[in-house]
Amino acid sequence: MRSEPVVQVRSLVKRYGTKTAVDGLDLTVEAGVTAVLGPNGAGKTTTVETCEGYLRPDSGTVRVLGLDPVRQAAELRPRIGVMLQSGGVYSGARADEMLRHVAKLHAHPLDVDALVERLGLGSCGRTTYRRLSGGQQQRLALAMAVVGRPELVFLDEPTAGLDPQARRATWDLVRDLRSDGVCVILTTHHMDEAEQLADDVAIIDAGKVIAHGSPEELCRGGAENTLRFTGRPGLDVASLLKALPADCTAAELTPGSYRVVGKVDPQLLATVTSWCAQHGVMPDRISVERHTLEDVFLELTGKELRS
Amino acid sequence: MTTTVPGTYTPKPGGSGLPRMIAAQAVLETRMLLRNGEQLLLTVVIPTLLLVLFSSVDVVDTGAGKAVDFLAPGILALAVMSTAFTGQAIATGFERRYGVLKRLASSPLPRWGLMTAKTASVLVTEILQVLLVTVIALALGWSPHGNPLTVLLLLVLGTAAFSGLGLLMAGTLKAEATLAAANLVFLLLLVGGGVIVPLEKFPSGVREVLGLLPISALSDGLREVLRHGAGLPWADLGILTVWGVVGLAAAGRFFRWE
Repeated sequence: MRSEPVVQVRSLVKRYGTKTAVDGLDLTVEAGVTAVLGPNGAGKTTTVETCEGYLRPDSGTVRVLGLDPVRQAAELRPRIGVMLQSGGVYSGARADEMLRHVAKLHAHPLDVDALVERLGLGSCGRTTYRRLSGGQQQRLALAMAVVGRPELVFLDEPTAGLDPQARRATWDLVRDLRSDGVCVILTTHHMDEAEQLADDVAIIDAGKVIAHGSPEELCRGGAENTLRFTGRPGLDVASLLKALPADCTAAELTPGSYRVVGKVDPQLLATVTSWCAQHGVMPDRISVERHTLEDVFLELTGKELRS
Repeated sequence: MTTTVPGTYTPKPGGSGLPRMIAAQAVLETRMLLRNGEQLLLTVVIPTLLLVLFSSVDVVDTGAGKAVDFLAPGILALAVMSTAFTGQAIATGFERRYGVLKRLASSPLPRWGLMTAKTASVLVTEILQVLLVTVIALALGWSPHGNPLTVLLLLVLGTAAFSGLGLLMAGTLKAEATLAAANLVFLLLLVGGGVIVPLEKFPSGVREVLGLLPISALSDGLREVLRHGAGLPWADLGILTVWGVVGLAAAGRFFRWE
């Protein structure tokens, strides 16, 4: 296993004119799949592009695979794979032609035919890039990022605009990369994508990391979970509360409709149902709402639309 | 659904050798250029048409002697301008706009390697153009003089001068602006650069200024050698060198990759 982090960002600041895109960001990325989440304009792409060596930090330090992405670019570039948010291909090039070209720039590339088949690019035939569908263009960009057998792959919104099948194909590839020991850093707007793929999630807002952990940790911490049930009106909520762990709350929201808020785990569910059994209550429509990453995300970054 | 053998993606990074990367890039660049219809119009069709038309129809007074002896050197200069300046500026402008330069910048190919490949692709195209123009001109009765090495030197300096200006434009303006400006400049220099219209046709004062343009220096230098068998046209070589140095330095300084 590697001893140093895959990516280490310390106090990164990046400004565009008077606008501060990244504002003292700290982030340590370990092996596996890391998802970078955040609203539009949060600084995701700026952070990733600084790691890729495209942007020079205004202050702070960035190390990728232990290297400075700007000053040690020549050493770093062969070891990383990059999928840009869009473009990156000659408009007159055919998909397999471009992929073969990128493969030629690497010493030990993947089998291009197998990759073409796997990502469903074989049907593109002689169509040039500008006439490919958005989904085909995305898959080509993904293929170009992995064809050089990199140690670390950056995927900037890899499934934006993909149909469900293509999205699955992308997810499957990311999982295979992970199990073969490739590190993946992806930015996304899709919470389910992060939940499905990521070992680690960093939520960025206003140029800072505001939450970082595994999807489970993030869903558990911060936001609390809810258990609801309906029964006959006027149950003794105070008695229920006594049976529950100390950090829980319980209330009758409307007559006959009850809500317990706290750390919802199997133990809590058993406690509530056995309390009901003791009191001769049949809990109708009992439901558990675990917070999804989306709830956590909205809670942390606010629900209002941003410009 | 195909299953993938575990270990398929196990990292094994590394760039291939520089000569191999640059050669691959040059081949791709040349293929893209030859596949592009507008580029072919500019680099092949227009110079050929102009050469054939003005050699066989007496539209422009090219002075004493055969028209083709005046025109062939001018068309060679035009061919260099069309590829090194107009074609390269437009292609590079759109590559910059569509993130091709950006994507390649994160590949193992260094930036200078990319520029070397672009230059190689321009030179390959020019060789094809020179062959084509020479064959057609000879068929039209052209009788060239002078030292071929001097001609080569002029062509190389002209390529450097036009590449610098083309890349400066592509690397600083928007792709659409580059497209418009590069075509406009091509047209203006075609008319006012001694390519098909002798500079003597312009009033004095204007003529001296036009003579300082890279296209005028190239077409005049080629004409001195190929038509009159001159040794080294120092003034023209000097003008091209200054444009080359200034243009390439400015392109190096101001070129933005995205």
